[in-house]
Amino acid sequence: MLNEELKAAIADLLPEAVLIDGGEWVNVKVDASEWLAFAKQLRLEPALNFNFLFCLTCIDWKTHLTMVYHLSSTQYRHNMVVKVDLDANKPEVESVSSIWRTAEFHEREVYELFGVNFLNHPDLRLLILPDGWEGKNPLRKDFEDPINMIKL
Amino acid sequence: MWSLQKIANTIHEWLNTTFNSTIATTIEMVIAGVAVITLFALLGLVLVLMERRVAAWMQIRLGPNRVGPQGLLQSMADTIKLLVKEGLTPNGADKFLFNLAPFIAMIVAMLLMAPIAFAKDFQLWDLNIGVLYISSVSSIMVISILMAGWSSNNKYSLMGAMRSGAQIVSYELSAGLAILTIIVPIGSLQFSEIVQSQVNGWWIFKGHIPAIIAFVIFMIAVTAETNRAPFDLAEAESELTAGFHTEYSGMKFALFFLSEYVNVFIVCAVGATLFLGGWMPFHIGHWESFNHMMDYIPSSVWFFGKTFALIFLIMWFRWTFPRLRIDQLLNLEWKYLLPISMFNLLLMTALAILGWYF
Amino acid sequence: MVEALGSTQEGNLIINVGPQHPATHGVLHLVITLNGETIVHVEPHLGYIHRSIEKMCESLTYRQFIYVTSRMDYLSSHINNHACALTVEKGMQIEVPARAQVIRILMDELTRIASHELWWGAMAMDLGAFTPFFHAFRERESINDIMEETCGARLTMNYIVPGGVMQDIHPNFQNRVKAFLKMYKSKIHEYDEMVTGNIIFQNRMKNIGVLSAEDAISYGCTGPTARGSGVSSDIRKIYPYEIYNQLDFDEVLEHGGDSFSRYMVRIREMQESIKIIEQLIDHIPEGDFQAKTKAVLKLPKGEFYTRVETARGELGVYIVSEGGTTPYRIKFRSPGFSNLSVLNHIARGSKLGDLVAMMGTLDLVIPDIDR
Repeated sequence: MLNEELKAAIADLLPEAVLIDGGEWVNVKVDASEWLAFAKQLRLEPALNFNFLFCLTCIDWKTHLTMVYHLSSTQYRHNMVVKVDLDANKPEVESVSSIWRTAEFHEREVYELFGVNFLNHPDLRLLILPDGWEGKNPLRKDFEDPINMIKL
Repeated sequence: MWSLQKIANTIHEWLNTTFNSTIATTIEMVIAGVAVITLFALLGLVLVLMERRVAAWMQIRLGPNRVGPQGLLQSMADTIKLLVKEGLTPNGADKFLFNLAPFIAMIVAMLLMAPIAFAKDFQLWDLNIGVLYISSVSSIMVISILMAGWSSNNKYSLMGAMRSGAQIVSYELSAGLAILTIIVPIGSLQFSEIVQSQVNGWWIFKGHIPAIIAFVIFMIAVTAETNRAPFDLAEAESELTAGFHTEYSGMKFALFFLSEYVNVFIVCAVGATLFLGGWMPFHIGHWESFNHMMDYIPSSVWFFGKTFALIFLIMWFRWTFPRLRIDQLLNLEWKYLLPISMFNLLLMTALAILGWYF
Repeated sequence: MVEALGSTQEGNLIINVGPQHPATHGVLHLVITLNGETIVHVEPHLGYIHRSIEKMCESLTYRQFIYVTSRMDYLSSHINNHACALTVEKGMQIEVPARAQVIRILMDELTRIASHELWWGAMAMDLGAFTPFFHAFRERESINDIMEETCGARLTMNYIVPGGVMQDIHPNFQNRVKAFLKMYKSKIHEYDEMVTGNIIFQNRMKNIGVLSAEDAISYGCTGPTARGSGVSSDIRKIYPYEIYNQLDFDEVLEHGGDSFSRYMVRIREMQESIKIIEQLIDHIPEGDFQAKTKAVLKLPKGEFYTRVETARGELGVYIVSEGGTTPYRIKFRSPGFSNLSVLNHIARGSKLGDLVAMMGTLDLVIPDIDR
């Protein structure tokens, strides 16, 4: 499906979604509360069939966090990007690991590096950081490593 | 002609003329003990070096070639290193059993040397149940491995030991049946008689089909019994780091290591004796002149030549095959090797009754 | 410390494989719950070699950050560099000279062969066969020599810069590569004789660790891991970059989904790489090896995502730029991370020995997983 067709299909599915211009792929911004239902539609809608979540990450914009989901379809080979804005102080979003199982690992990574709390995640524990890690989440912009190798 | 037998006899005579018979026997026993220990150490050194050179040859590299001429002293240097290393005992280990296990492994390997006929009339103890003695004493090996695995208080060691227990107990059956297949036409368990029965041809030729099947099964079974690749599940370094000897270091590890190699030597010596005529030279039916020529080669050369050829075979296995999985290993024994060797035993019995062997 | 799922059941044994263990080829830590020899649950614990490259890159300029990425998947470091350079070129709309494009692809494919060679040797070693490792290194060494001659390094080449390659190829390059191709073709039959055709090896690999096509997609598997399950995922074919769309090569697909299929994909992929190199080695266009770029690179405000096919799968480089000289946020979507997540799914119910074989066929490189 071409980008224009995708945009139309997405507007049909979720009229509240905001389409962002720019970039090579369709960019959609949705509300955190609507995300899980929208994700299910993207996955299950036969004409879209976004079955491959190839990248899941988060961006810290200081004022807020943005979850970025890169979706692709192995059937139609079209791609799209979904963005979900989260509150910087209490970031919470529904887990999509029930839809794309790769999200389980990627969400655990985002959980510890950004402190995003994924609701209904089957196994939300620290993956990379040592057990009992306390303090700030390393990839947040306000994280200052006491030993900064680059600034040394 | 110079031979081991003559040296032994000369010493025996000299001792008996110099001392009374009790002291002479005692001294002879001490000499035998020292000789076994020396042979144990020497075989360890030679076989470790041989393994490394064989491996290097198969792996298109050079292998040890720096210490001494052609790297001959490499394993000597390794032994000295292992001797001076600290032998750690883990804190949670059962200290008594942990320290005992390597010695049992070593003692078993030494005991097994007693009935081996190294050359013509050169044998420590020609007991009449020699083959039975070898099969029963070698079973004690599994106890040392289980002991080491259990007392280390390490999960890897325990798993390695358990695997090894299942493996050695199973493969002993096939090895035993393969040996029996050859014993049937000979009718004796005594090593000297087994060798003597092959004066007109080795059993692998005389016993034709059943003997060849038995030989193949014997080689597979003893490879498994000595925990060598592709049956090295007890060590399985990519799965269990080092299996039952994970916690061992220094000389205690070296004893396990040496006893493995000596065991390989012994099973190959048994194989050579049963199937390839032991120290008996290669004879062909009525070619008198050819047989005479063969007789000029000393019997010890024949024995060690055959044994080392079999050792080379086992090393060849190790450096070419991947490892089996535990269930495949047990399947191979219980579903294939054991039924085949039982049938083979029946076949050989029938041949022996009908006299259809050469 | 260790509380694995399913560990509460009576009689289960929990063992730690790693962080130091011969089978994990690095500092991967797996907590395995065993019932006898059968695996009940595998849980990876990561982070032993996490250097937070993503955070580090936020304070490095667009020229500098490429070199850090060599340390991610060190076996295909050249392809990592390539992905980063492509992202920067996409953002700045730099036209890469044809000569540089061909050189990059040649290097990519040589790297892929070298990586698969190492995988093949290590995989056989995991299964207890030591000799193939040395045979694999015979070929790998000659690739490393070629790399050393042109790039000045053997493992972390750092040869690619935004706009092209750092310097022109060595005058000997073409001859050396041709000699390598000749040598490789005369030796390739040994691989089948020593490993692929071995009955023990086949028994260890076939019907082990079966991964269905749906699960492969759902778990985000890419590269040979996905292609072993019949999922077409070769970025070189689907979203071609550089001049891959003008080249004649096949995407290798196997439909078994078991360890043996994943093994065969990599073995056949080496042949495809050889095909690509043969097409290009005599046709390296003349011209510049580097485009004229400004001394200080500044990406326009926006988001840029590039995906390339490394030896292990799809590597995604996601750069969020605020218009400065350094990325605002950079994310590497590494193939190993997603491929590792499938381990528990495929390993459950098989034997401990199989786990090692499966980890071998997933081709895990730990710095790639940890980044």
